Amino acid sequence: MTSRKFEIMVGFFVALGIAALIFLALNVASAGVTGSGQTYNLYAKFDNIGGLKVRSAVKVGGVVIGRVEEITLDPVDYAPIAKLAIDSRYNNFPDTSSLSILTSGLLGEQYLGLEPGFIDETVEILGEGGFIEDTKSALVLEELIGQFLFSQGNHD
Amino acid sequence: MDWLQNLGKGTLSSFAAIGRATYLLFGALFGGKPNFKKAFPLLIKQIHVVGVQSLVLILVSGLFIGMVLALQGYTVLIDYGAEDSLGPMVSLALLRELGPVVTALLFAGRAGSALTAEIGLMKATEQLTSLEMMAVDPLRRIVAPRFWAGVISMPLLAIMFSSVGILGGHIVGVEWLGVDQGSFWSIMQASVDFTDDILNGVIKSIVFAFVVTWIALFRGYDAVPTSEGISQATTQTVVQASLAVLGLDFVLTALMFGN
Amino acid sequence: MSESELRLTSQLENSEQPSDWLKSPHVELKNVTFSRGDRLIYDNMSMIFPKGKVTAIMGPSGIGKTTLLRLIGGQLYPDSGEILVNGHNIPSLSRSELYKVRETMSMLFQSGALFTEMTVFDNVAFPIREHTKLPEDIIRTMVLMKLEAVGLRGAHSLMPNELSGGMARRAALARSIALDPELIMYDEPFVGQDPISMGVLVRLIRDLNQSLNLSSIVVSHDVTEVMSIADYIYIVADKRVIGHGTKEQLLASESPLVQQFLRGESDGPVPFHYNAQPIKQDLMQD
Ligand SMILES: Nc1ncnc2c1ncn2[C@@H]1O[C@H](COP(=O)(O)OP(=O)(O)O)[C@@H](O)[C@H]1O
Ligand SMILES: [Mg+2]
Repeated sequence: MTSRKFEIMVGFFVALGIAALIFLALNVASAGVTGSGQTYNLYAKFDNIGGLKVRSAVKVGGVVIGRVEEITLDPVDYAPIAKLAIDSRYNNFPDTSSLSILTSGLLGEQYLGLEPGFIDETVEILGEGGFIEDTKSALVLEELIGQFLFSQGNHD
Repeated sequence: MDWLQNLGKGTLSSFAAIGRATYLLFGALFGGKPNFKKAFPLLIKQIHVVGVQSLVLILVSGLFIGMVLALQGYTVLIDYGAEDSLGPMVSLALLRELGPVVTALLFAGRAGSALTAEIGLMKATEQLTSLEMMAVDPLRRIVAPRFWAGVISMPLLAIMFSSVGILGGHIVGVEWLGVDQGSFWSIMQASVDFTDDILNGVIKSIVFAFVVTWIALFRGYDAVPTSEGISQATTQTVVQASLAVLGLDFVLTALMFGN
Repeated sequence: MSESELRLTSQLENSEQPSDWLKSPHVELKNVTFSRGDRLIYDNMSMIFPKGKVTAIMGPSGIGKTTLLRLIGGQLYPDSGEILVNGHNIPSLSRSELYKVRETMSMLFQSGALFTEMTVFDNVAFPIREHTKLPEDIIRTMVLMKLEAVGLRGAHSLMPNELSGGMARRAALARSIALDPELIMYDEPFVGQDPISMGVLVRLIRDLNQSLNLSSIVVSHDVTEVMSIADYIYIVADKRVIGHGTKEQLLASESPLVQQFLRGESDGPVPFHYNAQPIKQDLMQD
């Protein structure tokens, strides 16, 4: 019967669509980092955020662990505050960790590089709503050129 | 004062059309008890007509658009030494915009116009009236399966469009122009977010599917049952569906990626 | 009531049989008024379609005969008046009640209205599959019997576009009797048919009416064919019934309107347009 043929073709069609979605999820998107899974929020205050935007990546050693969720100004001292959403799997950063605004390539996107700090008894682990004190603001152009030359040798 | 009168008349008649279109949609979706056992084969048949039969068009278009994007992107990015960003450029353009939008436009031309013509002709040849007289609700029997088939097929087509486009970008970028394969994919993976980019694209596509299919079905159902009326209705489907897609795309983009 | 109607009613009282028919109506229109936009199509019209009989409606084209069938089928609603089918007042029914009543009637459309994407077999099987849960082998038997009745059993696997006009109308007829309705409405079944198909259709309508014991309403302006099958005839013109009765009664009618219609001048200009303004005035209006 012809309806059998339709069933097979439509089944193939739907399977192809799902295969394409899986391809997008696994090969095109960074598999499962942020947005899709559980996250917790951290805050950081900068002097100058430069070109940092909502949705900019937060990376540790080049690996994306979260994104900037919101950028606001402190009502008292008018310093920008970034609210970060970090993947819950990475929940063991000490409050000595530092955060710098980096750029991928010349004129590339700006992102936050998180440098995990040392751990001893006096140091607390950053949890939901934690505040990262040690921040480095966005680089000015001259420094950026230096960084570009440096990044020639090793891609992020 | 003539133009004022015409404006008023035009406004009223477009409100009336929106009213009839809403009635059509509600009748198709909620009129009477659904009978899945009977509806399922009809749905399969219609997915075949609107989805499977649009597959080749979508895949070929997606491939070419991905290739063109890579070619154009490369010539711009190479000047800044940023050709490594070709991957995210091609994939984000496809996933956020071109995939859903171009698929919807092609779908309106390929499947939407066919739906309008089919239903318009069924009306003109009294098949719809004849169904009603057989105590079969044409909204349920004819309109509903086509509506769902459109809403299911178009997002799948858009996903395939984007995937094939990214592969096309890979062919041009990596194989022909020599962008590093590793950075093409890894930078792409670092920049593309599943929820923000892929799912938002799919949501766009579902909205477009809803609107395009609705317009196509309504134009057919509301067509003046003559050959001229059907040809006008078909044209209206393509024009109105395309404008609706582009307008909605702006609204959705502003909502999703606006900040 | 108009003058001619009064006369016909009095004639009916003399002949026993037809007046008995009118006491058991299958479909009855009571003071129906219907208009399309500003245009009045029916003005306070009443009609009775007796059970188990072939009733014909004749009248010039554009007078609203198809409209009348649609009113009976519940596709259009009258401005006022009642349309009773088996005692149910169609305009006041809820949607589901209307669909229940429609299952007992069927309509043969002017164009046949076969579903173009299915074979003749599937077309005839369509209403059975929609409204029953019968197994496929019983459906097959039913369909082939209906097709046999219209002489198209051999054509069951053809698509509608492979049929001639006459065959298409017979296939549509097979479809409309698939569920053994109590009432069939034929909209201009003879239009555009060659003499042989016409003869076949006339015989079919007659035979179906007798063998299935159903009520038939035939809309037509083919006087000879209608005269040969109809038990009772209505002549409609100018928004109302201008004459009704059995064949004999109509032939004996003294009404000039009826006589003119029966002589075949169906669109005869003078009588049917008698209340229009003079044509000169009409033409000069723009
Ligand atoms: N859909 C419609 N909209 C407006 N007027 C219509 C429509 N259908 C028919 N009419 C008008 O109603 C009248 C009756 O039509 P119809 O019932 O088809 O006539 P008949 O079947 O007797 O030839 C015609 O004069 C026609 O112009
Ligand atoms: Mg007609």
